[in-house]
Order: sequence, then structure tokens, then C-alpha cells
Amino acid sequence: MARRRFLQRPSAVGGLVVVVGFVAVAALAPLVAPDDPSATSWSLIRKAPSLLHWMGTDENGRDVLSRVIWGARASLLAGVVSVLIAGGVGVPAGVLAGFAGGRTDAVLSRVVDAMLACPFLILAIALAAFLGPSLQNAMIAIGVTAAPIFMRVARAATLDVAASDYVEAARAVGNPSWRVALRHVVPNIAPPVLVHATLAIAMAIIAEASLSFLGLGQQPPAPSWGSMLNAAQRFLTQAPWLAVFPGAAIFLAVLAFNLVGDGLRDALDPRDGGRS
Amino acid sequence: MRGSLGGRVAQIVPTLLLVTVLVFLLQHLMPGDPASIMAGEEQDPQLIAQIRAELWLDRPLPVQYLHWLGNVLRGNLGYSWRMREPIAHLVAEKLPVTLQLSAMAFCIAVAIGVPTGVIAAVRRNSAWDYLATGVGLAGLSTPNFWLGIMLILLVSVDLGWLPPSGYVPLSEDWRQSLATTIMPAFVLGNAIAAVLMRHTRSAMLTSLDQDFVRTARAKGLSEGRVILRHALRAALVPVVTLGALELGTLLSGAVLTEQVFSIPGFGKLIVDAVFNRDYPVVQGVVLVTATLYVCLNLAADVLYVLINPRLRGA
Repeated sequence: MARRRFLQRPSAVGGLVVVVGFVAVAALAPLVAPDDPSATSWSLIRKAPSLLHWMGTDENGRDVLSRVIWGARASLLAGVVSVLIAGGVGVPAGVLAGFAGGRTDAVLSRVVDAMLACPFLILAIALAAFLGPSLQNAMIAIGVTAAPIFMRVARAATLDVAASDYVEAARAVGNPSWRVALRHVVPNIAPPVLVHATLAIAMAIIAEASLSFLGLGQQPPAPSWGSMLNAAQRFLTQAPWLAVFPGAAIFLAVLAFNLVGDGLRDALDPRDGGRS
Repeated sequence: MRGSLGGRVAQIVPTLLLVTVLVFLLQHLMPGDPASIMAGEEQDPQLIAQIRAELWLDRPLPVQYLHWLGNVLRGNLGYSWRMREPIAHLVAEKLPVTLQLSAMAFCIAVAIGVPTGVIAAVRRNSAWDYLATGVGLAGLSTPNFWLGIMLILLVSVDLGWLPPSGYVPLSEDWRQSLATTIMPAFVLGNAIAAVLMRHTRSAMLTSLDQDFVRTARAKGLSEGRVILRHALRAALVPVVTLGALELGTLLSGAVLTEQVFSIPGFGKLIVDAVFNRDYPVVQGVVLVTATLYVCLNLAADVLYVLINPRLRGA
């Protein structure tokens, strides 16, 4: 039912096709990239797009298309891993808070409030700065910063599910709390968590690009969309294509994940009626 | 109403205290000893010991925290390692620049987001609706630093209409000030405009279904009057509070926008501090932003109660 509703939305299907395309390109980067993304060439410095180099070459004579393709790996990896970190921390905390209630809920909720009080990017920048600049630390910083929102989503869904008759019935027949939580609550909070995770990947891709743009993510010469844009800023007048393609790649990937997330939300929660 | 607001104010105190704990602990994520970083390349053990004593780094963690918190409460956010200036001075100097940028961005976001949201809702499922929703989603998906770079390319490099970077204070020359900030403000406001558009559309759709709108139509009021005086007025309640919340997001977005346009604001302060490993400034900026954000949240709650007729008497 939900799958049919999802497939009936052309925008969601289009987004899914683009996401699958990006994943395929990232996975097959060594096969589909026309050149070595790190191979420099003095004779090819800042060449405009041509039949030989579809997206031109950069300030070190490297093929921009190959770097955009390899950059997809860093961006998608960062998007998925940071969301896994955020979900891995936030969802159990949310289920615990929602299910246990009382003091546990109060303490966890206050910590989440405090973390949410720091604007997302500023906290991610601060964490990445203190941990040290690398893709791995950027993913940790984004994951930790995004965890409180997962906790909120999971907590709200748990409160909703915990009030339902089947959970009460499971409790009434004498199941221990942990089993009720694992067998009855967790599977039923999956839909809202999944929707949030898809939208969070979009947000994490932008966050990784932002951190790399500031020099706090993927370190050169390894390619990443954000660091490519950072380098492109210095050659805006001479080589504008350096700024166009990596940015367009970020935009397309984020748009695709947003479309899939919106589609999933409408498919899994038809009550909304397409209002948002 | 007063009671609930009093409760809300009381609630932010523990939140802010926890924020101070988190910000204080940030320092301890850092690889290595702050004192040895400050001591420079020579690593003189005597100097390191002196710095440790000066910064209270030789005391137990809870004592360090209480000492730091005491200073923060007195308005002393510490000293910048790099600029040798009190962080409170740096913040006071840079914050107005970012506030000007944020205020302009917010006006642009409202001017774009609210009317397009209304049009999309009134003409639901029409080409206008699809266009507005599509542009809104595109706005949400565009990294603002890329939009900034593209605008510089188009408006400054190709057309030569506006300066590509720099900042002139409002008090110095208001025209130049507007010329240097209008493009970054647009970039900053873009994502908020998209959020406001989505929420206005959603709130208007709910509002247009309500009985009071049907009654207004039944009274024979013109459609424009029904939409503007009745439906929009009710729809604006959640939108206004959301707008106040988004002001906090602007502070976050300003980091990258100021970097792209070389605007010496609050965002650039944290980025420069990160590059210079000026950790106390990073801490200070996070703390000030979080405090501002919490206050804005509170303001949004107050505003919600004040403009929502159903809650006014509560």
C-alpha cells in the first residue's frame, strides 16, 4: 500500500532514480571516472569544458568530472555514516526516554534541549574544529549534532506507539519492558524514523560539503564537493566551471534525497494529505 | 498566561546551564593540552606549568567548570589566544554586522516566502502551486555558499552590478552598506523563504478549510478580502512563530555566507578562530549563539501566546 502510494508520486520516483544513480556512480567510481582524480598535469591547467574533459580541468590540471564522480563517494559516505551515527545514538535514547518516562525522560530531554540550543552548523563546526579536520571527524561531528533530532523523533513516535492497545496488551500478558520495547515499539516507530533519516541524509550532505568548504572535512588532494568549491572561489573569473559542477552535484543529490524523503512521508503518513 | 510564560522562563535556566556544561566540555575533546599549544614551539616546561596554573587547568574538572562559569556569568568569556583581546569585545564588535545581515535576510525571506505560500495555497494544484512548491524545494536543497558563489559570478563578475565582497557599516554610508549586504542577505534569506513558503502554504490550506472562511464567503465578501483579512490572518499565527525560530537558523547560515562574501561578522569570527586554533573564541561564539537561540525560542513562545487569540486569555 505504502509502496504503491510512493510509486504514484512522479517526483519521489524521480528523486529515487537520481539517488540510485548517485549511489551507482559513487560505488563504480574507479570504473566510470574517465581519469585519475588526483593526476595533475601542467599542460592542462584550468582548461574550459571540452569533449575531452566534459567539466573542464582544475587549477592543477586534474579532470573535474573525475573529481566530481569521486567526490560523490565522500559526500554519500558522509551523508549515510553520519545519519547512522545520529540514528544509532538518537533512536535508542528516544525509545528509552519515551518508554521509561519519568526521570530518565526528563534528563535525556534536557540534554537534547541543550544540544538543540546550539545552531546545527555552529555546533558541527565547533565539534569538527576541536576533533581535528578530517572526513572521519566531520562525520562524527555531523552525526553527534544531528542525534538530538533523531532522539526527539523517536521519543515522539514511541509515546504514540506506547499508548496503543497492542502495547498495553503485550504488557498485560506479562512481557518484560525490554521485550515490549524491542518487539512491539521499535518496529512500529520505523516509518517516521525512516522518513527523518532520508531527509537527514540530505541535510548531512550539505553539512559535510559546508565543513569541507571550510577546510574541516575531506582533506586535499582527496576530492570532495565542498573542498572543490572552496578552491574554485579563487578562480571565479578565470575558471567559473570549477564552481558550477561540484555545486550542481550537491544540489542534485540533496534535492533527490529531499524528494525521496517527502515521498516517503506522504506514502507512510497519508493523514498529512500532501499539505507540507 | 503569565504563569505559563514564567514556567517557560524557568525552564530555560537548566537548559542554559547544560549548554554551558557542553561548551565547557568541548575544550576537552581537543587532542593535546591547551597549555602546550599556547606555549608555542619551544615547549618550555616552566611556561607550560605557568599557563596551566593561570588557566586553572591544574585543578579538578568540576572546579575548572565552576571557575569558568563564574567568569561567564560576570560577562568574561575569556581571552582570544590569537588576538589577545577579550572575547566579549570581539563578540560585541562582530555581532551587529551579523544582526544587520540577518534582519535584512529575514525581511527578504518574508517578502518572498509568505506571498508565494499564499498564492500556492489559493491556487492549489495549479501550475502556480507546482512552481512555488518546486522552487521552494530547490531553495531548501541549495547550499547557500554555492548560491553565493553563483550570484557573485552572475551579478558581480558578469553584470558588474554589485561588489563581490566586503562590508561597509550602515553608520558610514547606508547606500554602500546596502550594496555590500543585499546579495549575502538574499543568499541567507533564500532557505528561510523556502521554509516560510512551505509553512504558509500548509497553514493557509488548513485555514481556507475553516468555518469562519466559509462564513466570510457566505457574507458576500470579495475573495481578496476573505483571503487577506480572514484566512491569512489565522494562518500567520504559526508562521510568525516559525519565523522567530528561523532567526536562530540565520545565525548558523551566516557562517558560510560571511565566509563567501568576506563579511567581518560573527560567522567569520568563528571560522577564523577555527583556522587559527583560537579555541576559546570558538567556545565563546558557540555559547553566545546558543544563548541567543534559546532567547529567540522564548520570544517565539511569547509571540505565539500574544498573537493567538485562543491563548490570550489562558
